[in-house]
Amino acid sequence: MAGKRGTELTAKLAVSLGEGYHVNSNTPHEAYLIPLKLTWTPAPLEVASVTFPKPHDEKYQFSPDQALSVFTGNFEIVTKFKVPADTTSGPAIIAGKLRYQACNNTMCFPPKTVEVKLPVEIQ
Amino acid sequence: MEACNLQFLDSRLFASIRGYNCVMRGLCVSVVLAVLSIGCSSGSRTVKTASVKANKDRKVAPDFALQDVNGHTVKLSDYRGKVVLLDFWATWCGPCKIEIPWFQEFERQNKDRGFAVIGVAMDDEGWDVVKPFAQERGINYRLVVGNDSIAQQFGGVDALPTTFLIDREGKIASVHIGLSGKRDFEDGIQELLQTPGAGNASGNSSVPAVLVGAK
Repeated sequence: MAGKRGTELTAKLAVSLGEGYHVNSNTPHEAYLIPLKLTWTPAPLEVASVTFPKPHDEKYQFSPDQALSVFTGNFEIVTKFKVPADTTSGPAIIAGKLRYQACNNTMCFPPKTVEVKLPVEIQ
Repeated sequence: MEACNLQFLDSRLFASIRGYNCVMRGLCVSVVLAVLSIGCSSGSRTVKTASVKANKDRKVAPDFALQDVNGHTVKLSDYRGKVVLLDFWATWCGPCKIEIPWFQEFERQNKDRGFAVIGVAMDDEGWDVVKPFAQERGINYRLVVGNDSIAQQFGGVDALPTTFLIDREGKIASVHIGLSGKRDFEDGIQELLQTPGAGNASGNSSVPAVLVGAK
């Protein structure tokens, strides 16, 4: 992908969860829960914003009284990058990490981190 | 160990560009990050959760040496002669929190009959999160902080909770993966307690019980 200096770049991360599974949203209701988190090492770009979709509340067998704030199915996380006007032109790799913790109705899985690499051509 | 084989069916770690329409200034890029498709393959690894295994089918549980909250070493082999419920859990695990009060009850009811619960916390943050959680809940049984090594020793514990019932000879009598029924545990514990320990009907042995926050 290419971005001109002094402009913005938008990247959409599409996440797809298997049926029956959920991940905590980026804003879980309880402090003990591990939130969905997207971080970038954006240089030479700058992160302007990371926008998550609106989560939904769900009750599960293991949490019948307290709804959890979760994402399920397919969703996108949108990151806006700024391309500094004074940055060097040429190819660059923007590295990111998505940390998540998934469960189904009866069990949970350890938190995982997935790496993302975005190749960018700065013009 | 008979267990449900959990695996990621698809995880692509690098970006690929798909055909999203570009409506924003600059170039819109859609990135397929990862497809988390966690499936449970029944295959040859099935779990019996409703009963304990016949004695001839039980394998010796791996020994381990982990630290409790006071830094004292806890070895599974120290519990030989007792029935042990070994629970792999984490503070972030909702289903685990349903079972913890059951285990507290089992500990209270059966500790004088040669029974003990050991909770293996799999939190990456260790005692920083486990200790306050245990104090808040008044957990009355021994806790240790686990690691990848013990998880691998026990057949690759990935899903939580995963709970083992271990007989007085240190053999794995049953495995429960995921939230189980309280009755399943009760039946298994009572069945295993019927077998006396060697040289002692109750299976008592001297094991220091260092508790974090018992009520």
